[in-house]
Amino acid sequence: MLTIKNYVRAQSLDEAYELNQKKTACIMGGMMWLRMTGRTIMTMIDLCDLGLNKIDETETEFSIGAMVTLRQLETHPGLNAYTNNCVKKAVQDIVGVQFRNGATVGGSIYGRFGFSDVVTVFQAMDTYVELHKGGIIPLAQFAKMKYDSDVLVRIIVKKQPLAISYQAMRIQRTDFPVLACAVSKVDGEYRAAIGARPGVAVVVKDTEGILTGGITPETAEKFAVAVAAAVKTDSNSRGSAQYRTHLAKVLTQRGTMEIGGQL
Amino acid sequence: MEVKINVNGRVITDSVDADMLLLDFLRKHGCYSVKCGCETTNCGLCTVFMDDIPVLSCSVLTVRANGHKIVTLEGLQDEAKEFIGFIADQGAEQCGFCNPGFIVNTIALLRENPNPTDDEIRAYLVGNLCRCSGYNGQLRGIRAFLDYRDSRKE
Repeated sequence: MLTIKNYVRAQSLDEAYELNQKKTACIMGGMMWLRMTGRTIMTMIDLCDLGLNKIDETETEFSIGAMVTLRQLETHPGLNAYTNNCVKKAVQDIVGVQFRNGATVGGSIYGRFGFSDVVTVFQAMDTYVELHKGGIIPLAQFAKMKYDSDVLVRIIVKKQPLAISYQAMRIQRTDFPVLACAVSKVDGEYRAAIGARPGVAVVVKDTEGILTGGITPETAEKFAVAVAAAVKTDSNSRGSAQYRTHLAKVLTQRGTMEIGGQL
Repeated sequence: MEVKINVNGRVITDSVDADMLLLDFLRKHGCYSVKCGCETTNCGLCTVFMDDIPVLSCSVLTVRANGHKIVTLEGLQDEAKEFIGFIADQGAEQCGFCNPGFIVNTIALLRENPNPTDDEIRAYLVGNLCRCSGYNGQLRGIRAFLDYRDSRKE
């Protein structure tokens, strides 16, 4: 059972930050995961009064408040037009509609969960995390940071020219993914984000320029082999490291061919 | 903490602990359709509308619902009556334990998408687990209701 002594609806980010400096405090997202941790929390901080439940789209970027739900991501026309529906694809198999109406993007990204489809798909774009004190930093950097007591305010996606594909292997629909894979060409640069390794998603860029001359079945396979070799996988109840490495290759190859069709 | 929550059109004022789940608050106030079926935020049995959006009341703190509007199956009797007979006609359910969450979420589906395809029905209701059936009876029931509804429009 989750035990909570006090609950505070923060009236400013400064207040949320101040309250969050105590180790026994916690910021809540949708409470989907937190509920199952059985922790004792002295002060639960709710950001629901701070207007962070909106997606703002401008000419150059999407600014996604931390309290935006996964369902809002799934149904946002602009975000899905920009990502070839990959944001929808990434979240649509996460439990059910009611769950996604609760789970927040801030919770998903802050948690840096290994199983996260959300971290994986955003790693394939030019994505930044806005922290109240830490400022705006690349998601790739944030994904590697240790948990601290800063407040995640927004996710920012720069509208670079983008081709993207998203695929995940699941034993059963609505389960955690065995492996998640987003392949993209962002502002001219090819990359693959591999999540549920089962560790948190990592990015492999085409630094060797395998795809520079164009995407063909041969170059796609070569890139996929390079990605699978670069990504460290592990075993758990959903699959072995060997299986995951195989999936990383197959899904990257398919994803690369798919973005080839979009270019 | 003091909360004031509109439940099925009636404002309830109560003093609750910070960690009381909305699920438990609703049961305390007589909404026994709302049940906890899984303990893992997965089964959909505790589905209620919060400001007209279907959510899992097992993961909502009562204090977060303060000032909001909650509707449970108890407050949706007329809307439910329109189609539950069609599901019963298919013999879809055996024990009926999952039924309240399933009905509330079906209402959410039909409000959002009045003309769903079979795949859209499956996708929307995938978070409502039923351990007796294979879901096909429920799907046939909803389809039969939609066909009946459309035939009356013509």
